[in-house]
Amino acid sequence: MRIPCPYCGLRDLSEFLSLGESPGARPDPAAADAARRFFDYVYLRDNPAGRSEEYWYHASGCRSWLKLVRDSRTHAIESAVLARAAR
Amino acid sequence: MHYSIFSLARAALGGHRAWTPAWRDAQPKPEYDVVIVGGGGHGLASAYYLAKEHGLANVAVLEKSWIGSGNVGRNTTIIRSNYLLPGNIAFYERSMRLWEKLERDLNYNAMVSQRGVLNLYHSDAQRDAYARRGNAMRLCGVDAELLDARQIRKMLPFLNFDNARFPIQGGLLQRRGGTVRHDAVAWGYARGASDRGVDIVQNCEVLGFAFEKGRVAGVETTRGPIRAKKIGLAVAGNTSRLAALAGLRLPIESHVLQAFVSEALKPLIPNVVTFGAGHFYVSQSDKGGLVFGGDLDGYRSYAQRGNLPAVKDVCEGGMALMPMLGRVRLLRSWGGIMDMSMDGSPIIDTMNIPGLYLNAGWCYGGFKATPASGWCFAHLIARDEPHPAAASFRLDRFARGAILDEKGQGAQPNLH
Repeated sequence: MRIPCPYCGLRDLSEFLSLGESPGARPDPAAADAARRFFDYVYLRDNPAGRSEEYWYHASGCRSWLKLVRDSRTHAIESAVLARAAR
Repeated sequence: MHYSIFSLARAALGGHRAWTPAWRDAQPKPEYDVVIVGGGGHGLASAYYLAKEHGLANVAVLEKSWIGSGNVGRNTTIIRSNYLLPGNIAFYERSMRLWEKLERDLNYNAMVSQRGVLNLYHSDAQRDAYARRGNAMRLCGVDAELLDARQIRKMLPFLNFDNARFPIQGGLLQRRGGTVRHDAVAWGYARGASDRGVDIVQNCEVLGFAFEKGRVAGVETTRGPIRAKKIGLAVAGNTSRLAALAGLRLPIESHVLQAFVSEALKPLIPNVVTFGAGHFYVSQSDKGGLVFGGDLDGYRSYAQRGNLPAVKDVCEGGMALMPMLGRVRLLRSWGGIMDMSMDGSPIIDTMNIPGLYLNAGWCYGGFKATPASGWCFAHLIARDEPHPAAASFRLDRFARGAILDEKGQGAQPNLH
């Protein structure tokens, strides 16, 4: 698997670390149901088989966080953009 | 047919034409008391113990492919009970005791070989950690011996003892650990379950669940609808997909783990050896191949195949531990999909839909757990209460903050 880093170009998988799917925005710890929201945020995952949006870190490269659209059944990468730009 | 020296002799005299299939390849009936989804080790063991220990015979095991085609045939066949945490030790030791009498129980040769599992340590800190683990094991009645380098030199003279960075200082040995022929575990449990009336239905993929009055009432499958009072999921690797069909999200990610086997060699490695400075473990199969593996690839995957960086990492670990491996040719490598839970420990529990039961999250330690997993899951399904040995494997432990994190990595499943 090679990942098309928008900054560095097509680079080998060994340069990257995977965070996995985005858990969404961090819950407000002051909210009334904060415990339930944090449980959801920290532990629960959709874990889809097929097209997935994931965060990856180019640790041994430009050290950018990337947002990948990737197929978890085939490892094919549809797109990779800087996470900052995707927000 | 009961297997014995006499049945073997009789069949031999008849030119081996008398052998019958070990288990029935059943057609699905329209309704069962219990349906187990997943014809792997855990699913087949669960069905076997449901029939044997709880007298439930109107049971079906549904397998989307052929039985044993998933992780029970993809692991590296190691059994051990060298755990640290109280919630784990009793469970895995129960599993070890079931392994020790498995072949007599099943009347099936699973080639259980208690050749010992040796975890090497390479620093003072690691020795202390292993001493603590060994003491915890012994307090729970599990065998453990802390060896120094001199004792290990006698056992395994070919290891790289004087590596400048990671010298081998000693190891923690569990002599009762070892290996089991993994396919025979699936076949043996299938035979035992089938003999007791369990239907083993292959090429039957579950596509959805049917619900009635808030209870699960059956499954939709590629071979038509099947009604069931109780449904147990034992589909590690694909648990999230199946749970999603029931509208549930779980604390699980699916990751690929690769394993490797070399060309066949003469007897070389007498037990299971693990490298403590990297992640590498190796044993030798009875066919002579060196069976080894290491870390996960590190990203979510349902592909049952991995990538080259993990291969390189495993081989580097192997070369650091036993440089002679450099002269051995790799024969095959393959990948399996692991249910990586958020604390590295499994889940055996009811779900919040009545009639639906979950056996999941085995990370990459599911094979050694097969007998106890089946035992405890059958108990849960039959009696609607968790087995005491699996009391720590509740699904709600994440919400309660009572996680069972053997490695202490937190909710980062690719690091467990």
